Amino acid sequence: MYSEKVMDHFNNPRNVGEIENPSGVGTVGNAKCGDIMRIYLDIDNQGVIQDAKFKTFGCGAAVATSSMATELVKGKTVQEALSVTNKAVMEALDGLPPVKVHCSLLAEEAIHAALWDYAKKHHIGIAGLEEPVADIGQREE
Amino acid sequence: MNKINNLIYLDNAATTKVSEDVLNAMLPYFTQVYSNPSSVYSFAGKAKKAVDEARVQAAKLINAGAEEIYFTGGGSESDNWAIKAVCEAYREKGRHIITSKIEHHAVLHTCQYLEKQGWEVTYLDVDESGMISLDALKAAIRQDTVLISVMAANNEIGTIEPVAEIGKIARENGVLFHTDAVQAYGHLALDVEKMNIDLLSASGHKLNGPKGVGILYVRKGVKIHPLLHGGAQERNRRAGTLNVPGIVGFGKAAELAKAHMEKTMARETQLRDYLITRILTEIPYCRLNGHRTGRLSNNANFCFRFVEGESLLILLDQLGVCASSGSACTSGALDPSHVLLAIGLPHEIAHGSLRLTLSEETTVEELDFVVDGLKKIVARLRAMSPLYEDFIKGQKEGDCNVQ
Repeated sequence: MYSEKVMDHFNNPRNVGEIENPSGVGTVGNAKCGDIMRIYLDIDNQGVIQDAKFKTFGCGAAVATSSMATELVKGKTVQEALSVTNKAVMEALDGLPPVKVHCSLLAEEAIHAALWDYAKKHHIGIAGLEEPVADIGQREE
Repeated sequence: MNKINNLIYLDNAATTKVSEDVLNAMLPYFTQVYSNPSSVYSFAGKAKKAVDEARVQAAKLINAGAEEIYFTGGGSESDNWAIKAVCEAYREKGRHIITSKIEHHAVLHTCQYLEKQGWEVTYLDVDESGMISLDALKAAIRQDTVLISVMAANNEIGTIEPVAEIGKIARENGVLFHTDAVQAYGHLALDVEKMNIDLLSASGHKLNGPKGVGILYVRKGVKIHPLLHGGAQERNRRAGTLNVPGIVGFGKAAELAKAHMEKTMARETQLRDYLITRILTEIPYCRLNGHRTGRLSNNANFCFRFVEGESLLILLDQLGVCASSGSACTSGALDPSHVLLAIGLPHEIAHGSLRLTLSEETTVEELDFVVDGLKKIVARLRAMSPLYEDFIKGQKEGDCNVQ
């Protein structure tokens, strides 16, 4: 059902954990639907993401997309991190089954939520970043 | 452990292995006695005789008459047939059906279909253990109630419903009683006479028989229209050339189940309780779903808080363990199992469910291996769960408040 890359990121998830005093942290999802993602970012003074960690409650695809999303944003500037879309995450994982596409949307939203938190804390605006919705299900409706 | 596949198969509620004896009984009916039992020549007679024997075997298991057994294509067909055709036959009496919220979809979706045709359906609530309330059942019966359909035992949480009491109430009120016994047939003692059951569905592959064959028991005198038209088979009630090898396999499986039921139940109950005790005592923040004792002897169903079912299943699969979950992700839906929601579990807990269903071949060693593996898997998934993180932090904050 899952690609080898998805299974690899599920079995050996990269960047699981927490960051103490993170520059930004975002939690999205909905326990009702069975997926909650939390992404922590450590962003330096130049606005470069030095580290990213995640915690996820969810299915195999939810874990794998969180893992891949954190991998993809590491080393990127805040602005560049916005290019880590759900499509980018899916492509990097060699695709997801159709019913699991919402997991990749959740990963994108979790990154955005962490960036939003960072921007708020630092009283800055990030061009192109809109306030994320915590509950992806609401947006789909 | 199954040495050939290196598997620990704990999904016997999904399907079971065809037993050697069943297979051997079936084999001659593929290549030797391959005749159509409906034909005239004596070669057909051999197949017909085998079908007749199987009908007797299937009937004996539930104390029915052989002429009250109709062979079908499986449990879902039997459920569909029982409900749709009885409702059609008795529509002059009324348009009301009573069922429960935890039925298999073969019953629930059939009832929903009938609702669109203008029928009214009462879906009875169940308590925390998954049992319907007999008082609620009595209160739901109306003048125009045609059918009560309540399962004998639940496929997910294993809870055994009070079938005899339901049958008694149905009979006293002149309402027909159908029970979906797909999980119960051959796994616990059922008696259509003593329990006042009017219609009963069962499936071959849940009791070490073949897939694609089931029965519908219809009490003599109960009117039922055919679901499938096109032939005189099954006394004009179910068209289609008889699946002779499948029917022979069903009969043999029923015969073996009857002969071994007590022994198998006793052994499985012991193993099941061992499994339940180990998991509940050794894995924190977990609960048993379904009735503690009034449950199928081979069924154990748990929820592990802060983890999600599909992740559990994938990691168990990597250990060679076959199990199932009521998590939404395992079905492609957004909501977790309707059964787990009906017993009152919140969504996030229902997503972390795991069903382990044993067979007569399951061993203590297998269960020990599964529990040991499960402990590590649950710990691993919790370590990456934000829900667990919040819970632990909340606990620490709680501690601070106490000081």
